[in-house]
Amino acid sequence: MQEKRVYLDNAASTRLDERVLEAMTPYFFDTYAVATSEFAYTQGIEARETLDETRGKLAKALGAEPEEFVFTSGSTESSNMALKGVALALGKKKGKHIIVSKIEDFPVLQSAEALEREGFQVTYLDVDGDGLVNLDQLKESITDETILVSIQHANQEIGTIQDIAGIGAVCREKGVLFHTDATHTFGRVPLNMKKIPVDLVTVSAHTIHGPKGIGGLYVRKGTPLTKWMDGGFQEFDLRAGLENIPGAVGFAKAVELITPEENKLLRAMRNHAISRILKEIPDTTLNGHRRKRLPHNVNISFHFVEGESITLHLDIHGFAVSTGSACFSRSLQGSHVIYGIGGDHERAHGSIRITLGRYNTMEEVDAVVDTLAEVISELRKISPLGKEKYGEEV
Amino acid sequence: MKFPYSETVLEHFRHPHNVGEIENPDGKSMEGSPACGDMVAVYIKVAPDKKTIEDIKFESYGCASNIATGSIITELAKGKTLDEAKKITWKEASDALGGLPKIKAHCSVLAIEGLRSAIQNYEEKHGLIKKREPTTVETVRKRLRKVMNPLAGLDLVRTNLVKDIELKDGTVRVAIDLPKNHQFAAAIKEEIDEKIEPLWDVKEVIVDFTE
Repeated sequence: MQEKRVYLDNAASTRLDERVLEAMTPYFFDTYAVATSEFAYTQGIEARETLDETRGKLAKALGAEPEEFVFTSGSTESSNMALKGVALALGKKKGKHIIVSKIEDFPVLQSAEALEREGFQVTYLDVDGDGLVNLDQLKESITDETILVSIQHANQEIGTIQDIAGIGAVCREKGVLFHTDATHTFGRVPLNMKKIPVDLVTVSAHTIHGPKGIGGLYVRKGTPLTKWMDGGFQEFDLRAGLENIPGAVGFAKAVELITPEENKLLRAMRNHAISRILKEIPDTTLNGHRRKRLPHNVNISFHFVEGESITLHLDIHGFAVSTGSACFSRSLQGSHVIYGIGGDHERAHGSIRITLGRYNTMEEVDAVVDTLAEVISELRKISPLGKEKYGEEV
Repeated sequence: MKFPYSETVLEHFRHPHNVGEIENPDGKSMEGSPACGDMVAVYIKVAPDKKTIEDIKFESYGCASNIATGSIITELAKGKTLDEAKKITWKEASDALGGLPKIKAHCSVLAIEGLRSAIQNYEEKHGLIKKREPTTVETVRKRLRKVMNPLAGLDLVRTNLVKDIELKDGTVRVAIDLPKNHQFAAAIKEEIDEKIEPLWDVKEVIVDFTE
């Protein structure tokens, strides 16, 4: 067992960058006042200025105006706010139909299901074998009753990046609002509100070495959105609750620290991992699109073996990765994403996701591939599946 | 490191005992399917005079608790008579492993079934089993005792989730006291199908959840 643990689950959470913590610290100990107390005392003014400044930085990173960026507690809240906020605003006025893709992450899927229980109709769009939605199918699904299309920018498990410019254009043409969950792309893949016709965008700090508990929702000027978190009048009266200023400062700093070189290095490590695994380990399938893919995502199914056993063996060797196996999930169901791209049970149960981050190195990528090769070969020896190939001599 | 598994489970997972296939086994079985994410194959060699298990091996496609239970039941069954081995329970296997997480009960119960099925396979081949009995509500209930309620780590019958069982012209209807959008509804339905469908005179299995 190796001493150092190697974390390769950066789509789930990331290690905080020290520089982010350093930027946040003064807002715990010095400027801890409430931003809405700006008319009462100096600390409140400082808090307000800080909040405005960080909002400006994050909006700028998205090519947006400051008043279009609303802070939230993270992507789950942002996506809930987008779907339920639009449903509340337009459900009675325009219609009760929403379109999402089958492979959305749970905040979008479960918000859609919650709205279904409230009498909304939801269309769950199919995706192709790479995970891409079909623009013609989208076009055909939009009716006079449709109020919102919510399709992710990139997939949480298989990393496939959707053509959100194309999807946005269809939505514009049909006069329907478009929300995209950009939790996994913000900072890693170009995303500019001036270029892409999208009305609502979910972003979060936890995927880019920022703190947990802070995210945002981009709300294009004029987008009908009803407030559903009631209390105070914060965030342009769209989201009540005490502003998380240290979190906001950390979020802005995390975005600032990402460089094109870093994304290039992640892509190189990703490509290296994928090509080595597919070449060196037989009976493997890459899940997700080969090119239209997050720069830090690797997702591969290992046939004849089950994912939880793979992750546990890797963990014993010091590597943290994730799987789409039913055994691993709290619902005991295999990955809905792998089923969505046409995969069978075996492909879902044998899928392993490796997501890279700032603190990973090429040596670690090589080490995890070496270990994977050993683990897969051992597990195949004891599996009743694929025996003619891998079974021990009887 | 703190895993949800005991040291013994991890030891059997890392170094499973009696792994592999027996050439020309006297009895063999394959339980589970890729659908539920777990499969176990069990092979036995039986001493013809004493009817004891002389050798036993297993293969597993599954998670750690599946592999570890497969390993421990081969240890528990070796040397026992068929009648003794049939009586090995999930509880005994779980205790021998120092306990298993509740939510993993359904993966590990498979190995116990694998052992029983391998013995049944031997008995069938050697004319030790009487003619096929028609399925009754009791047969169904007995099989449902092998479907785990992941909330409790105990079976559906014991946790009072089975509201009703109906049998008509080969169609089995099972009413389960859980809402259909419950976290485990789909997993439970799959497991019920898997346990009831193989009964020789069952044509269709319908699982009703509450609204």
